[in-house]
Amino acid sequence: MKLFLKVWRQNDRNDEGRFETHTLDEVSEDSSFLEMMDQLNEQLLEEGTEPVVFDHDCREGICGMCSLTINGHPHGTENSTTTCQLHMRKFDDGDTITIEPFRARAFPVVKDLVVDRSAFDSITQAGGFITVRTGSAPDGNALPVPKNDSDRAMDAAACIGCGACVASCKNASAMLFTSAKAGHLNMLPQGQAEKDKRVLAMVSAMDEAGFGNCRNFGECSAACPKDISLDYIAKLNRDHIKAKIKSVFA
Amino acid sequence: MMNLDSKIPEGPIEDKWDNHRFSSKLVNPANKRKYKIIVVGSGLAGGSAAATLGELGYNVDCFCYQDSPRRAHSIAAQGGINAAKNYQNDGDSIHRLFYDTVKGGDFRSREANVYRLAQVSTNIIDQCVAQGVPFAREYGGLLANRSFGGAQVSRTFYARGQTGQQLLLGAYSALSRQISAGQVKMHTREEMLDIVVVDGHAKGIITRNLATGETNAWTADAVLLCTGGYGNVYYLSTNAIGCNVTATFRAYRRGAGFANPCFTQIHPTCIPVAGDHQSKLTLMSESLRNDGRVWVPKKAEDASKHPNDIPETDRDYYLERKYPSFGNLAPRDISSRSAKEACDEGRGVGTGGRGVYLDFSDSISRLGESAIRERYGNLFQMYERITGENAYQRPMRIYPAIHYTMGGLWVDYNLMTTIPGCFALGEANFSDHGANRLGASALMQGLSDGYFVIPYTIGDYLAKSGAGAISPDSAEVKVVMESVRERVDQLTSAKGKRSSRSYHKELGQIMWEYAGMARNEKGLNKAIGQIQDLRDDFNKNLLVPGSGDNLNAELERAGRVRDFLDFGELLCRDALERNESCGGHFREEYQTEDGEALRDDENFAHAAVWEYDNDGKTPCRHQEKLTYDNVKLAVRSYK
Amino acid sequence: MFTSSLGKKYLMALSGLVLIGFVFVHMAGNLQILMGQEKINAYAHALQSLPMPILWGSRLFLLAAVIVHAVTAYQLVKENRRARPHSNYIETTKKAGLASLRMGLTGSILLAFIIFHLLHFTIRLIYPEYDKMMTMVGSPDSDKIHDVYTMVIAGFQHTWVSVFYVVAMFLLCGHLAHGVSSAFQSLGIRSENWRAKLELAAKAYAWVIFAGFSIVPLLVLAQNWGMIKFFNFSSGMEPLALN
Repeated sequence: MKLFLKVWRQNDRNDEGRFETHTLDEVSEDSSFLEMMDQLNEQLLEEGTEPVVFDHDCREGICGMCSLTINGHPHGTENSTTTCQLHMRKFDDGDTITIEPFRARAFPVVKDLVVDRSAFDSITQAGGFITVRTGSAPDGNALPVPKNDSDRAMDAAACIGCGACVASCKNASAMLFTSAKAGHLNMLPQGQAEKDKRVLAMVSAMDEAGFGNCRNFGECSAACPKDISLDYIAKLNRDHIKAKIKSVFA
Repeated sequence: MMNLDSKIPEGPIEDKWDNHRFSSKLVNPANKRKYKIIVVGSGLAGGSAAATLGELGYNVDCFCYQDSPRRAHSIAAQGGINAAKNYQNDGDSIHRLFYDTVKGGDFRSREANVYRLAQVSTNIIDQCVAQGVPFAREYGGLLANRSFGGAQVSRTFYARGQTGQQLLLGAYSALSRQISAGQVKMHTREEMLDIVVVDGHAKGIITRNLATGETNAWTADAVLLCTGGYGNVYYLSTNAIGCNVTATFRAYRRGAGFANPCFTQIHPTCIPVAGDHQSKLTLMSESLRNDGRVWVPKKAEDASKHPNDIPETDRDYYLERKYPSFGNLAPRDISSRSAKEACDEGRGVGTGGRGVYLDFSDSISRLGESAIRERYGNLFQMYERITGENAYQRPMRIYPAIHYTMGGLWVDYNLMTTIPGCFALGEANFSDHGANRLGASALMQGLSDGYFVIPYTIGDYLAKSGAGAISPDSAEVKVVMESVRERVDQLTSAKGKRSSRSYHKELGQIMWEYAGMARNEKGLNKAIGQIQDLRDDFNKNLLVPGSGDNLNAELERAGRVRDFLDFGELLCRDALERNESCGGHFREEYQTEDGEALRDDENFAHAAVWEYDNDGKTPCRHQEKLTYDNVKLAVRSYK
Repeated sequence: MFTSSLGKKYLMALSGLVLIGFVFVHMAGNLQILMGQEKINAYAHALQSLPMPILWGSRLFLLAAVIVHAVTAYQLVKENRRARPHSNYIETTKKAGLASLRMGLTGSILLAFIIFHLLHFTIRLIYPEYDKMMTMVGSPDSDKIHDVYTMVIAGFQHTWVSVFYVVAMFLLCGHLAHGVSSAFQSLGIRSENWRAKLELAAKAYAWVIFAGFSIVPLLVLAQNWGMIKFFNFSSGMEPLALN
């Protein structure tokens, strides 16, 4: 099929950026979106232009590296899908596709469609862990975890840290990401000891990174390739209130 | 001459690790902060090593090429992680896990290392549970297990189909804790391009910052390479696009022995190649073979027909026919090879005739579609997303793909390469899986190396060598830095007409054709010639657009492909020299009458270790003899 | 406690809940006008005669809720704009509805409405002559009391006023449709299990509030245009002639 691509180009963080339009012929409908981008780049090389840079790695929907906003939707219009899992048969011959980077102040553009998501790492570093020295753990079965809690922790832990939640949010809020990580650990008995500390630290790291505020649009969860539920945001809100109140009286 | 002293400790196999830990020197807690350690890679091995060493008090610098350490390709492992916990009371033990792993590796791994792996496997599960890894659980709240290929006990721990992800996020969280504590400095989008060896010891690395293009020098008292496998030498594999051999290959060029590069694993259930545009292959969990039946048409002329139009009598359920007792559950290497045979006979289905059917219609009529949907719904969905076909209505098409590489840098019992101070962990080393890796053992090995082996063995090296990282500005570092810059400049000035991707693709075709599932002397020789020609062409006609001073994905790929071009030749050479069939290495000349692998224990019960000589010269092949005192060498049979 | 991003959300939710409760009470009070002049006047008088601390306490409390809600919203919006300086070329959504996307707009108009409403009926600065509307109807004793009934009807005689009221109530309806459920979410007491029910209840609540508030101006207008005869006044009468 034939496609018209409107692709964002930006030299570096300080560049203004602009759209570039390209026509791509003979795109196989079996190819993935990123393979279509590869094809575009091969064509640009032949034309003597610099190829478009975009982030990608595993190409099977788990590493969270790919990060394109396609026709206004992070990872495209399909649900529960990352960009690398999106296939061209979902588009029609003659379509115009607009491709932009994830947009948020906390995710500055590095180049073209590549953004810097290290703000997510800082949130995890603030408290997205359970303090356990290597070698000091008790037997794995010493602490039973109700299956339901474990399953819900797993639902949250499925987050791939891609940032689609931020990109889909009109306020660029990182609540879904933060609450998924905090929720995963707070739901488990192993995570109880540090729960309050974790919640307070992660929320303040999130605020410092320059993300916006959650307005309960629900757009993040709809854009999430792993279908992380808004319940984790509610849970983070709840855990944070408790931690705050306790910190007042502690 | 390369020193291949494996340093296997004395004593009975059960006591070797204990004895070794006791006899190893320790670094005083107060002195640990005087040592600097470089960890390259942030997957299961690198992440766990960096976190643990940081926690012990060492100053750690950790590097990854991705934008975050959480994205290393360990994340993509689906199935699970083995551990000899025997929670199922079904007869598992450390010794049984050890035995299964050595046998599964077709008796080409090092006994002492594998035994240690089995020993610490139980600690890994404890550690991960404590970190909050949400393993699957029973209703009583205790850990659940599943069974996996190559074992008769149920010892695999799992977190849905995302075990690798969850274990990696566990290691990443431990790493994050050390980063916030200041013990580990994380360097993302920083790719290692060379290693600095001073007076025979590894003392640092040279990296290129992929975002800014800067070349940087980092020095330390030891360097850990945790950079994964080289499956991408085949271009199409289940590896991530960025996975590459550069770090280990550069170490090899600086004197580290490279062991058994020809030991590559092919996974039988991947989604077949759909066309020329394809950039990677997607694995479908092996569990599908529990309910699917593998077949191809009996007659080649039926191959293009719609599968549902081919009558039962014209179908060849070849695995059930050839391996009646294991049937569709035959091990990975065997089912892969059978699929290739069927396709070579022209009976393959789908695009290019490279595919076989995995048919669920029997299971669906027996158990109902909803039961199948419940078991494999997500896999069917993934299949439909990629192929556009509904596998409830027509059989899936599958084909083998390169999945894991057992070969890697040679390491001794301490995980140290032949360059003192340079260690290799995880898939990057060679020691534990022999010629074939069992399912759910890769995750175990990565974490064992990082959490529980290197923290002890590195102490011994550091205590003996003493603290003394050289300055990044010293002359020895500058020389290496210059050579890296030159190499980068050479690539950026390549303004020919072919993209690095096209070379990579062509290399992959050569590799897959001649060094894939089945190899023979003629083909391997041909491959070596073709690779050399391709390399010459690469050096002349490569096109790298743009410059080296910012994010340039084409430049990154060109550098990686350049090393793959050298490495592919090494792999073929190794395959050529190993005149036997074992595990993932199948030489057509060496097979039994009914087409099974024929091992040659008399001449090849060794690890082949390659020593680099100058460019243009044939590298030197050394041997580390592998002795088996605790298991009996036997023929693997699955009939 | 309230400085973090979540703290501000708690403020929004808590002040919002106060106002959500208030509008219902207010509406219930208003509806007494349908029961006649005596009823509404007596009710209004009773409210006015509450002991000073209670009357002014409640007034200040409500005023504070409005101020907190508005000021926090302003801060949040400012932060949110800064967090996403560059919008997408194509701005679209998968799930978020108009009500949730336009909280700022509906909220700002509502704030303007509240100010107008206070000036109109409570402080009576817009039409100072409303102050002079006194009556014995509904009075508990022999003193004249303020004739709220007549004032309200007079107030809604202006078509533009009534239209503004109805439009504002429609916006309030939209504001509540997202706000009620959102307040529960911000306070961490919503879950997917009962979210659908909560949202349904919130929407029902929003429509009840809309209907309850809008019915009075609509009836006045309808009567004004001669369509019905419900209130005790002559259609087409000049509002000021009422006193």
